[in-house]
Amino acid sequence: MTSQELFDSLTKSFGENLQHRTEFRGEITYTIGESDLREIMKFCRDELSFDYLLDITSIDNFGEEPRFEIVYHLYSMPHAAHLRLKLKVSEDVGAVDSVSDIWPTADWHEREIYDMMGIKFNGHPDLRRILMWDGYPFFPLRKDFPLAGLPSDMPDVAFTKVTPLEGGPFVTVPSTAGSKDREPRARPREL
Amino acid sequence: MAETRATAYDSKIEGNVIFTRFDAALNWVRKNSLWPMPMGLACCAIELMATAASRFDISRFGAEVMRFSPRQCDVMIVAGTVTYKMALAVKRIYEQMPEPKWVIAMGACASTGGMYRSYAVLQGIDQLLPVDVYISGCPPRPEALLAGLMKLQEKISGQPAFKDQQPQLAEKLEEMLT
Repeated sequence: MTSQELFDSLTKSFGENLQHRTEFRGEITYTIGESDLREIMKFCRDELSFDYLLDITSIDNFGEEPRFEIVYHLYSMPHAAHLRLKLKVSEDVGAVDSVSDIWPTADWHEREIYDMMGIKFNGHPDLRRILMWDGYPFFPLRKDFPLAGLPSDMPDVAFTKVTPLEGGPFVTVPSTAGSKDREPRARPREL
Repeated sequence: MAETRATAYDSKIEGNVIFTRFDAALNWVRKNSLWPMPMGLACCAIELMATAASRFDISRFGAEVMRFSPRQCDVMIVAGTVTYKMALAVKRIYEQMPEPKWVIAMGACASTGGMYRSYAVLQGIDQLLPVDVYISGCPPRPEALLAGLMKLQEKISGQPAFKDQQPQLAEKLEEMLT
């Protein structure tokens, strides 16, 4: 099957459940609902031969409702086709089903999402923090967590402090100017 | 400061005898056999390995014995980014080293947190341990690490050999004599 046939087969089986379809430079993205997640994922792996889960990542749209989005990147090795599936999660629910029994690699990706964003995964075999230590009280990649960090203390385990940022994050100013004018030291000094 | 100087070795009068201060001799022994505890955490560890390899040869300075057991080491070379997760483990290893001990902070991350001004990186190992020599660089070249080691050797030869032990030694002597 070519990749177009794969996507046709997907829309034929799950047409009503695929909420949104975008295409950008040949990349197809579907938005799906939480209740169909496992069914669609199993169908993708078994029938459409998307046997390679490249990545699961999460996005925090702070201020929008639903707040979080989880993005699954699938790849089919027999057909060399990519597929992106997005899933919106609201903060009150805060949990989705795990796909780690469908693709075992999802185990650590979901642990990282739990660690950094705080989204829980139902049915995950070992849901605990992977980058920060167990007992760290914050979720660092949320938009309301400051870049400099927050102080915390677990005696004998780890501690954190606020990092001195010396006048703001040193990032380039987004514009079409040359690098001399975009560089961090060209910014007006924030007070 | 007194150091060992080239003397009339094997002279007709003294024979194979050198007179020096005990402090100077002990410092000379210590600085020329600094066994490092390689706390290689990140990329600086690769340059540390390169310094220990044949081209840059830290063995010239007596420091090729990189024992990973802190009980047998003199100087801890903190080479790499110290995350908050790892910080207390580094401190625990430092506390297991016997006196006299020194710390070299190798690279930008160990000195001040480097380019990682973030929630997860300790901004310099000197927030936890007393650092003797800071080496800048990302990573510092092996020559820079050797220069830092030589600076530490200068520091050692310049300090009294019993600086930490003197109070206890004096107390012990007092106990014995009274």
